[in-house]
This record gives sequence, structure tokens and C-alpha cells, in this order.
Amino acid sequence: MDLTLDEVKARNAEVITEALSVYPDKTAKKRAKHLNVYEGDKPDCGVKSNIKSVPGVMTIRGCAYAGSKGVVWGPIKDMIHISHGPVGCGQYSWAARRNYYIGVTGVDTFVTMQFTSDFQEKDIVFGGDKKLDKIVDEIQRLFPLNHGITIQSECPIGLIGDDIEAVAKKKSKEYDNKTIVPVRCEGFRGVSQSLGHHIANDAVRDWVFERGADKPALFESTPYDVAIIGDYNIGGDAWSSRILLEEMGLRVVAQWSGDGSLAELENTPKARLNILHCYRSMNYISRYMEEKFGIPWVEYNFFGPSKVAESLRTIAAHFDDHIKEGAERVIAKYQPLMDAVIAKYKPRLEGKKVMLYVGGLRPRHVIGAYEDLGMEVIGTGYEFGHNDDYQRTTHYVKDGTLIYDDVTGYEFEKFVDRLQPDLVGSGIKEKYVFQKMGVPFRQMHSWDYSGPYHGYDGFAIFARDMDMAINNPVWGLTKAPWNAGH
Amino acid sequence: MSQNAEKVLDHFSLFRSKEYVDMFENKKTFENAVPVAELQSAADWTKTREYRDLNFAREALVVNPAKACQPLGAVFAAVGFEGTLPFVHGSQGCVAYYRSHFSRHFKEPTSCVSSSMTEDAAVFGGLNNMIDGLANTYNLYKPKMIAVSTTCMAEVIGDDLNAFIKTAKDKGSVPPEFDVPFTHTPAFVGSHVTGYDNTMRSILEHFWDGKAGTEPPLVREPRDSINFIGGFDGYAVGNMREVKRLFGLMGIDYTMLGDNSDVWDTPTDGQFRMYDGGTPLAAAAAALHARATISMQEFCTQKTLAYVAKKGHEVAAFNHPIGVAATDRFLMEVARLTGRAIPEEITRERGRLVDAIADSSAHIHGKKFALYGDPDLTLGLAGFLLELGAEPVHILASNGTPEWEARVQTLLDSSPFGKDCHVYPGRDLWHMRSLLFTEPVDFLIGNTYGKFLERDTDTPLIRIGFPIFDRHHHHRYPLWGYQGAMNTLVKILDKVFDVTDADTMIPGKTDYSFDIIR
Repeated sequence: MDLTLDEVKARNAEVITEALSVYPDKTAKKRAKHLNVYEGDKPDCGVKSNIKSVPGVMTIRGCAYAGSKGVVWGPIKDMIHISHGPVGCGQYSWAARRNYYIGVTGVDTFVTMQFTSDFQEKDIVFGGDKKLDKIVDEIQRLFPLNHGITIQSECPIGLIGDDIEAVAKKKSKEYDNKTIVPVRCEGFRGVSQSLGHHIANDAVRDWVFERGADKPALFESTPYDVAIIGDYNIGGDAWSSRILLEEMGLRVVAQWSGDGSLAELENTPKARLNILHCYRSMNYISRYMEEKFGIPWVEYNFFGPSKVAESLRTIAAHFDDHIKEGAERVIAKYQPLMDAVIAKYKPRLEGKKVMLYVGGLRPRHVIGAYEDLGMEVIGTGYEFGHNDDYQRTTHYVKDGTLIYDDVTGYEFEKFVDRLQPDLVGSGIKEKYVFQKMGVPFRQMHSWDYSGPYHGYDGFAIFARDMDMAINNPVWGLTKAPWNAGH
Repeated sequence: MSQNAEKVLDHFSLFRSKEYVDMFENKKTFENAVPVAELQSAADWTKTREYRDLNFAREALVVNPAKACQPLGAVFAAVGFEGTLPFVHGSQGCVAYYRSHFSRHFKEPTSCVSSSMTEDAAVFGGLNNMIDGLANTYNLYKPKMIAVSTTCMAEVIGDDLNAFIKTAKDKGSVPPEFDVPFTHTPAFVGSHVTGYDNTMRSILEHFWDGKAGTEPPLVREPRDSINFIGGFDGYAVGNMREVKRLFGLMGIDYTMLGDNSDVWDTPTDGQFRMYDGGTPLAAAAAALHARATISMQEFCTQKTLAYVAKKGHEVAAFNHPIGVAATDRFLMEVARLTGRAIPEEITRERGRLVDAIADSSAHIHGKKFALYGDPDLTLGLAGFLLELGAEPVHILASNGTPEWEARVQTLLDSSPFGKDCHVYPGRDLWHMRSLLFTEPVDFLIGNTYGKFLERDTDTPLIRIGFPIFDRHHHHRYPLWGYQGAMNTLVKILDKVFDVTDADTMIPGKTDYSFDIIR
């Protein structure tokens, strides 16, 4: 039986109170600020965010290194990214994020490789700068087609006083002004992946834009040049986006950073418009390019046909009629496909309730795609969102939605147990918890090894995947028939 | 338009359509892409002996290593105890990585908490994080024990776990008698197997030596039982259960120390079990009184075994035993230590394995293998390959020591099939790539990352190791015991036959050998 809005709000408030009751007082006070029931007329979600995680609660968050190496820099395919420090960080993040790319791995591209300085005790005691110096030489000898190197700092680097900037400058000189980027993304910095994104953006600014400004452009500019910013090409997302932009008459000169290259980063200041998908991880560099080079940027959302069409028109509004007509042509072209997808899946998914807990943009951006399928998002939250994310979220969520920032394992389990959604969308650490509980689940970081989910081609896959999760016959088998009465 | 609502195209077919292929080609304009001829010659050069020599001359750079860091092993060991939540003191991102890593392998939840240290803790130390963290963990997740280890951050700044935990107890974070074993697990020393060793030792020390000075140490009263330690093992679920079955058949009084076979294999029945099974804490304490302790992975338990031996246990260590002779040795040692006979049922299992090897070894005999993984696993697998008449050619362990190298060499020297094999301690999978190009083999045995070697060198990969991310459920099947060796044999044979079939299926060209009976 469906609850009224007031009943939903009361239930959600009660669920929050229940979850908080288990914490020690000090922690309960802290966590209370991160949990709320959204009031439809408010300009934000009413939660605090981007604050240190409470120790010992099983936060789902990662670290600054994950934000820089794992998210922003890692997908740049023709550069070698050194996980600088002990072996683990690079090992656990090795090829795990599904940033698709085209290239001959180990020869001209390196994304799914793990380069590490594998720190030993002596490197901690005596410092790792000499080792780093030698590593650059060895990279140059064995991987001569690499177009640049980044140094992704792990925790010890900042603690033992290594001067990776000096090493980067020295080696850059030795190798003909080669792009070598030191990144201070030690895992203890900041409160989550988020600061790692920011630090990585700043490193692009300081070590790519500042130093590469005099490199010649690879192409003649046109009035229709755009750069895709903040798409990591997970399962090919940036490709199923790029194809639409090109079909409407734009020319994509760079992808940041999925399937991206150093040359694309360097040439982005020649674009006419930066289009920004993951606002959280790349708003910094977009703002910088706006200030420094006068390139406007616009946010867009390529999840689900409603938002794709809206976004194509928003992007087209920055250009002339040729592009505006192109956008309409593209929307019309894919309409039959979208109609067919919705006709097939909506009857199977209509009215189903979803709870989300993801990273950068998805806690809000995917809501439209679910709604296109007749589904409803009843709870959402960000691993590492800031206040501006929660403000933007208000454009997507309904009155009474349960909001949880930096949710703990305990809270998330409680919330799902009480709200009984038909689907949970979150990460690998959460997946099996909820499946054990009998709740259908899709990983919404890696697309559960599927994808792309962006664009029109991606929506068909998204719809199919949500259907196969929710309408999986296995969910009817979780209770042994001889125990069914209990 | 390539996509289709009726038959939805996945990434592996969608992007092969012409419109995408053209788009990729066009994108190269903006990439400063390497010209095709130059790319081809560079790719060819990486296959040469010259490149191999340069590659092996590396002194600093590590590329695609087959090892992880200590705290991963700490978490692995800790979740094997009843109601135990691993607590890793240091940066929080590490814990997110360990949990993801295990969940991707076992397809199971992995619970573990962090003390979430940040910049202020880097300056002032993580005492407050420990105090608050233990209190929160205790109240929220109601564990029976919290096993503390460290990330490299906490190690570099020199946090003192013993003092911190005492202070936290004084401040009431957890009750004074609550079990909080701890160990330092610096990521820049050893590998995940070292972390397993340190943690296992620390938990035994905690129970046996008076819980960090809060109780009098236990006094050993020798009994006839034995302790069993599996070590860091991607097949823990299947292996532990198989060993329990064998011990059951032998009627042995035993304690499995660090038994994570249930927590990483819980049912989907509507309930999430954060804790399941595991070594009962009382049994971990009582394990002091055992007559002997058996470790299935010597290089994973060196400190633990030294500690246990000091307590008066007889110690028996194996190297991930796989195959007939290795299982014989294991069971005979168990029989000797317990005074229990090996029952006829097990003898028949042995006979069935020998039968299977006799039936099939013609397809493996003389085949050349490359092999990498943890030190004990590579020893166990190498022993089995020699038994099958296969010829190991390259054996590599990124976390292998000179001692491991010597041990493998001794094993190789014991068999005519081992004479052309070389051992590579401390090397990585980029070294292995050069080896496979310059001295090709028929099959490669390794973990999921071996698929990159399979792609580059066209060497068929048999997935045995940790982690296995891209095949499901193999961890449920044992490698140990005669039944485990049977599983291993079938795994190898399936690949051999698949490769032969794939190689003989061109109609009218090669399919005269596409035999229905092999």
C-alpha cells in the first residue's frame, strides 16, 4: 500500500532517528547533520557535506589518491601514471575502473597497467627521490612512446618530505622538456576522493597548461569545437556521448579524461565550449579555463532520453542554427529507439522504487533515466559531494526523499531494510550486502561491468540492466519453501 | 544507428559498429597518435631479447607486480575469527580498497573499518581517531573482537598501537576486557602474506600472552588436538571446507585458526551476515594447548610458526600442497601428529586421483608452463606440474625471497621435468611478459592479471591464484586434498582441450584433428 507524502516523511524521519540511536552521543550529533528528509521547497537538501568521516563507522569513501590517480589522471591513456609509494594503492586500483580506451597497451597506451615505485623500508628512511629519478629513466628506456608521466603520491610521500616537484622539473629538463607532472594526492589529504580531484585539476593547470602553452595546435580551430569534460568513459560512456555531439555537427577536440590523451588536454584551451558532465570532479579546471582562456562551460546530463534531449538543446543554445537544427535532428533520429526501449521496459519497471548512493554526479544525474522508465528514486546521497552538489540535487529529487551524506555501512543497511526499495544502486562494497538481503542491486560506479549508460545507445543498456536486476527470477528463490511460513 | 531495443548491444559489440569505428579513427587526429609504422616497430621491439635484457636491468621501476600490501593480509586473517571486525588504523581510502578487492574476488561482502586519519592526525597522531573509532565500531557493529592493523600512513608517523588501545580502553571506548589484538602492518615491508603472518601471530599472542598485559598469560596444558592455519589463500572457502572434511573422516580433534570459509560464503536468504563462522575466540585461546600446529603455507606464517614453536608446539609447514605426493605428505604428517590412521575412504580418494592422472596425463606430459603467484602457491603448483609430467619453464613470485628461490630450485632439481626451469624471485609481470616472448611456453598459470599476458603473448591462461576477478565461483572449489588436486587437474585439462579444439576447427583446413574423442 502506498504511503501518503506525509507518511513517507514521517517514516523517513523516524528511520533517521532509529539509525542515530545506536551511535555514541558525540557521533550521533555529527552524523545527524548528514541525514535529512528533503523538503520540496528548500534550496538544498539540508545536509552538511564534505566533512571528515567519523572513525570506525565503515564509511564507503576513498581517498585523494583514488580521486587523482583513480579518477582524473588514470584514464589519460598515453601518459604513464606512477603510483608513488608502497605497492598496495596501485594494485587495488589496477584496471578496476573500466576506463575504456583505444591503444596498444604497454606500447603507446598504459591505462590498464600498474606502475609503482614499490616503496621499501629504506625508501621511507632515506627518501624516495633518487628512486623516482631512476624510475623516470627506466620508463623512458622501456616505454619510449609514452607522451608524459605523472607522479601520483601515496600517503608516505608527503610525510617523509620528498621533493617530487624538484625531481619532476629535473627530469623534464633532461628529457627535452617532457611533461612530467607531480601530484600531491596523498591519501590522508582532505576528507575523501574529492580533494584528489581538485589537486589533480590543479596539477593540469600548473604542469600542463602553464608549461604547454606554447606547444602548437594539432588542428585548425572551427566554430564548433567542444571538449567533453568529466566523462571517464566507463564502459564507453564518453563514446556514446561523443557520437551524439558529432552527429549534431559539433567537433569534439578533447575528452577529459576517458580515452583522453595529453595532446587533448593541451589543446582544450582552443575549444569554444567546455561541456561538463561530472561537475564534482572537474568544475575546477572548467572554471580556470573560463577565467584564463574565456571558454564558457555548461553542465549537461546524458542519462535517459529526457535529460539527453534537454542537454542537447542546452548545448546547442551556445551555437548557431546549424547546430540547433542538428540537435533536433539527433533527438528525432533516436526517438523511435527510445520509444521502443521504453515500450519494452517501462511496463516491467513502472512504479519500482530505487535507492542510490554513489559518487560525483550520479546520485542526481541518473534520476531522470529512472523516471523515464517510470521508476521513482526514494533515497539518495553522495560519497563525497559538496554543498553545491546538494543544491543541484534539489532539481531532481522529490519532496520527502531520504538524503544521506557519507552514509555509513550501518545506516545504509538500516535505511534499505526500512524503506524496502525494489533496487539499490551503489558500489561493489555494498552490492553483496544488499543482494544477501534479497534486494536487487546494480553497481552504479562500474555499471556492474556493463555500460555504456550515457547517451541514447547507453540508455537501452541501462534499461535492460535495471530490468534484469529487478526481474531476476532468483529473487523469488531466496526463501527455502519449507521455511516460507517463518 | 547501431543500438537496438529488441536485441540490446553491449559494449563489446556496440563499439565495433562502423559509426563508432569511424569515430575512433577520426579521434586520432586530436590525440597526437603514434604513426602506425612506428607503433608496430616499437611493439615488435618489446618482444625481443634486447628488450628483455633492458627490462631485466630495471632497478627501481615495478610494472604489474603480483603482490599486494600487508594490511590486505591483515584483513584476510582477521575476518577468520568469530565476530571479528578488522580495524585498520590510518587513511580511510586503504580500507575502501581492501574491501573492494576481496569483494571482487569472492563476490561477497567484506566488512572492515578505518580510523579515517586525515591531515590533522598526520601532524598530531591518530590517538583521537583510535579512541573515537573503537567506540563507534563497538557500538555500531557489535563485534566480539576488533583486530587492529595499520596503513603505511600510521606507520610513517609512528603511532603506537599498544599505547593508543590502552588509552582508548581507559577512556571507555570499549570495555576493559574486550578483545582488541593489534599488529603493525607497514605496507612498505613484505607483502600481503607478511600482513597475514603478523596478524595471525598477533591474535594468538593476544590470547595466549595475557592480552597486552591485562591478564596473566595462559599456561600451556598440552592436549592431543592440533591447530590448522591455511594462510592467505584465494581458495580459502573451498580449501578450508575440504580440510575439515578430511579431518572429520580421520576423527581428529582440531582447531582451524583464521577460518574465513563461512564469512566469505554466506547464503542469499534475505539476511546479511556481517559475521559468520570463524574460529571461536575461546578456541583461539585454547589453541595454545594443542599438541601441534600445521600451516599449509610456510612463507605466509613464518613468524607465526616461530612463535607457536616457542610455546612448545610441534610445527609442520607445507607449501600450499597440491597433488598426490604433496597431499600424501600432508596427511601422513597429520596422521603422525594426531596418532589417527588415514581411513580407507581417503585412500580410495587418493586412488581416484591417481586414476584420473593416469587417464589424462598424456595431454599434459611435456607441455611447457609458466607460473606466477604467491610463494607457497607457486611451490604447490610446481610440485603438481612435475607430478603430471609437465615442464615448468618460468616460475615467478613478486613477493618471493631468496629462500623461496632456493626452495623452488630444490623442488625442480628433484625431477627430470624441472631441469629447464628458471626461478624469478622479486620480479613482476612485465618481466614475465619478456620471458613469454623470448622463451615461449604452452600455458601460463596465474591470477586474473595474467589475462594481459595472454592477450600480449598469446599464451593460454589457466586461472589459478588471487585475485580472480573475471571468472566466478572458483574459490568455492578446493585445490587441497586429493579432491582439490582433481579440481586442479580438470582446470588444466579443460584449458588444454579448449586450446586444441580452437586450434583445429577451421573447416577444410585443420579440422581433420577436430576430434570427438580426446
